[in-house]
Amino acid sequence: MIDKICAAADALRDVADGATILIGGFGEAGSPTELIHALIDQGASGLTLVTNNAGNGEIGLARLIQRGRVRKLICSYPRSAHGYVFDGLYRQGRIELELVPQGTLAERIRAGGAGIPAFFTPTAAGTDLAQGKESRMFNGRPHILEQAIRADVALIKAEAGDRWGNLIYRKAARNFGPAMATAADLTVAQVCRVEPLGAIDPEAIVTPSIFVQKVVHIPDPISERAHIKELAAGQRT
Amino acid sequence: MSGWTLDEMAARAAADIPEGSFVNLGIGQPERVANHIPPGFEIILHSENGILGMGPSPDPEQEDMDLINAGKKPVTLIPGGAFFHHADSFAMIRGGHVDVCILGAFEVACTGDIANWSSGKDGVPAVGGAMDLAAGAKSLRVITSHVTRSGSPKLLSQLTLPATGRGVIDRIYTDLGVLDPKGDHFRLVEMAPGVTVDDIRRQTGAPIEGSA
Repeated sequence: MIDKICAAADALRDVADGATILIGGFGEAGSPTELIHALIDQGASGLTLVTNNAGNGEIGLARLIQRGRVRKLICSYPRSAHGYVFDGLYRQGRIELELVPQGTLAERIRAGGAGIPAFFTPTAAGTDLAQGKESRMFNGRPHILEQAIRADVALIKAEAGDRWGNLIYRKAARNFGPAMATAADLTVAQVCRVEPLGAIDPEAIVTPSIFVQKVVHIPDPISERAHIKELAAGQRT
Repeated sequence: MSGWTLDEMAARAAADIPEGSFVNLGIGQPERVANHIPPGFEIILHSENGILGMGPSPDPEQEDMDLINAGKKPVTLIPGGAFFHHADSFAMIRGGHVDVCILGAFEVACTGDIANWSSGKDGVPAVGGAMDLAAGAKSLRVITSHVTRSGSPKLLSQLTLPATGRGVIDRIYTDLGVLDPKGDHFRLVEMAPGVTVDDIRRQTGAPIEGSA
């Protein structure tokens, strides 16, 4: 019997130092906070993270960065109203940043998952973010060559999953989850609900089971917003 | 000289959007354009994090942090709205499916170049979806104050800040009027009440043609 449902610690046991890890989420929505905390407990370091943002407050992504586990961030928008951990380390030159336009980031991940090693895009042509990249004209317009992203691990959050690893998402928390699930050797999804096999409408499954290796049941995930409010009130969690 | 208020600028920009358009509004002043779409006039708002049919902000008790906009603020979904993943969302942008995008800007050149992602100063750089929108939207427009807080022109012959995109801007709405970049000059399309051509010339760092 196939059963991908397990504890977070078991799912992440073999993550190696120096691994490249895709982390889903757009701000708080879709952020796999409990999986990131399990990764902190697991202890891997020297990590390269691929993520849209750099975390808020001192939970999840921000905590992983704060613990010094991250060597490099591949990211589109590492600034936020409640983010200061990455900011501080970056200004001290203690963490590397590869800044990528958001759509190029999503497409590099999708390409990685689809076996496409690189692609040309007009996004960022003629800008500072095109420096060092091969350029070519298509239809009279400059395009730059962007490399696909493949990772060792993807950590994502979905609304519900089953023991095969089929996933559905909730509202705009879907964001990077489906593309990231396709682009890693080990995709771990934390889900708020585990459904019996066959219970999720096959017409509605967003990420089919082939892209998911482990499913971790987290029925009541941490609220980043509540954490930020507590920090603001001076009540460190 | 008086000029337009922020809401009047937003209303002027909204008046140029045809019914049935798919529209992406940048964070900040562009978001205000959504408040000036006439009731019953169907325009579908796209949010790059994965929403079509984005509606106004909810009452505080209805806020849902899984339903946020590109600025990570709670929003709503209108009937007919849809959710999709990030690569699809950016396929909408990069594949030329978004009809109109309205962005804020630090600088716009009469060549149609725009700078809105880097102030050129130290600190953590961040780009988000700005370069994808600049490259992919069918019509790209800017809404901005005509000059900076310190009074320097934001409409220039050429950018002084790092570019977001080159030759991509079709139209600019400012507190003083509406201008179109035309290569080596801006064409004056319309002036706000009480504003003269001389006012605009004095506060623009590039040649102006037309008297609106």
